[in-house]
Amino acid sequence: MRNVLTIARKEIGSYFASPIAYLLMALFGLLTGFVFYSAVAYFVMEGMRSQAMGQGQAMSVNDFVIGPVFSNMSVFGLFLIPLISMRLFAEEKRSGTIELLLTSPLSDWEIVLGKWLGAVTMYLCIIFIAACDIALLFVWGKPDWRPVLAGFLGLILQGACVLAIGTFISTLTKNQIIAGAATFAVCLLLFVLSWVSSYNEAPWAQVVAYCSIMTHFEPFSKGIIDTKDLVFYLSVIFLGLFLTTRSLESLRWRA
Amino acid sequence: MIKVEGLTKRYARHVAVNNISFEVGKGEIVGFLGKNGAGKTTTMRVLTCFLPPTAGKATVAGFDVLEQSFDVKRNIGYLPETPPLYPEMEVAEYLTFVSKLKNIPSADIKKRVDEVCERTSIADRKSTIIGKLSKGYRQRVGIAQAIIHNPPVLILDEPTSGLDPEQQQQARQLIASLSGDHTIILSTHILSEVEQSCSNVIIINNGEIVAVDSVANLHKRGRSTEMVAVEVAGAPADAVRSKLEEVAGVARVVTRDSKDGTVAFEVEGLENYFLRPELARAIVHSGWNLVELKAVGESLEEIFLELTRSEQKAVEPAAAEGALTK
Repeated sequence: MRNVLTIARKEIGSYFASPIAYLLMALFGLLTGFVFYSAVAYFVMEGMRSQAMGQGQAMSVNDFVIGPVFSNMSVFGLFLIPLISMRLFAEEKRSGTIELLLTSPLSDWEIVLGKWLGAVTMYLCIIFIAACDIALLFVWGKPDWRPVLAGFLGLILQGACVLAIGTFISTLTKNQIIAGAATFAVCLLLFVLSWVSSYNEAPWAQVVAYCSIMTHFEPFSKGIIDTKDLVFYLSVIFLGLFLTTRSLESLRWRA
Repeated sequence: MIKVEGLTKRYARHVAVNNISFEVGKGEIVGFLGKNGAGKTTTMRVLTCFLPPTAGKATVAGFDVLEQSFDVKRNIGYLPETPPLYPEMEVAEYLTFVSKLKNIPSADIKKRVDEVCERTSIADRKSTIIGKLSKGYRQRVGIAQAIIHNPPVLILDEPTSGLDPEQQQQARQLIASLSGDHTIILSTHILSEVEQSCSNVIIINNGEIVAVDSVANLHKRGRSTEMVAVEVAGAPADAVRSKLEEVAGVARVVTRDSKDGTVAFEVEGLENYFLRPELARAIVHSGWNLVELKAVGESLEEIFLELTRSEQKAVEPAAAEGALTK
């Protein structure tokens, strides 16, 4: 475990030693800030209108602001995650530092887990920026906090899951751009798979749609934590990390 | 300490190392000599458990590289061809990271880092970012990284490449100072380096070992007869030449060049003759000025080229035959 933390700490260090951490945080903050502003503005406008029409029906901040913000954040996440994960192994392979890791008394899974944890921590730092927006709602309003937690849990799980896939893809190449582009393509694919269910009811379509990350994120954004979704995310994380370990192992004999 | 038996490493298309065997005893410094692409790095990578062998067996410090890779890794320090450095880290930070990877107890890390910095003379750059270091410093950080956990076996892949002559000298001294408690294999294609720092040499060519010997033996292996360079002033070349040819035991005299009134010759002796005193006497007795008289030993360079060349010659006819039968 000590080795895992050593590697994770080194990864976080190298994100923050380069501009990439700050750049990603700034971009994500800007994007979610804009979405947040739009959602709040829309909410305020709707609120005024319903008051003017004399409808006393209470509007929920959770439904009008927090839900949409989470949905958007999950989409932005898909764009940002390849930028986090692409360097994990590709950079080490290119610069030759992988030789240090593979000739030190570490097991492959310690390396993989450490790198993935480092990337997840980086991702947490990024979505923390967005959490600041939502915190504002608690200052001036009284949203239900439980769906907010569920939303963040979903966001973290989704990120962790895509990062696991990205880590795997990063072991396949020396080229960061290729790793990033391939991860991005897989992310988008996992995103659009859910569309199948909207025009096809066949069992295979259901299966395909089930594989989509979006299908499983939606409940979280509405504040629902379903074991089915938890199991999906955790098993994809496991699969991703398992494949990464295998791929790292194969570096030795494929050479 | 290191034992390699019938080691073969085959890549998809070609055989990098073919059935090599050698042994390195405790405390020895062995130079691994070969041209680029001869299989040096591959062999080292197998020994460090970075690559598994295709066939054969290799043990380091008594542990098998395949079966007990963890124990092997604990017992080796490895400097790859390009030092495995993270450019964004500071030197001390990097060495601390490596210490943790090598399972040095936390309490000892600071002390070890200071020690290796002192030893590799990088103490003045401890808080410099590695990316800003010169090549010489980087190489030394690479060596520091390899010795930080005080491993019994050190494997250094071209430890002096890219260093200027002074730094090379320092690196060699450093390596020499490490011998005794460490067993060291270092690869190089600089022959003088082997002569200076190694006790034994393994010459590898096209994935096969062509010679395993001590440096002294290799020198002897070169030639059994004596070769002497003679320079004489104030005499006609022909006269000197015929005089030299008269000396007992001289097989051949070759005129090298003549300028500014001095003439130079190369004298080859017959076997079991000690030529130099006789030559000196002959020249001085004739009333000429003896400017220079020295034995020309065959350099390691020539031996190396000869060994690797003859290997190729031996291979070529076979290859040609193969082509014919096809």
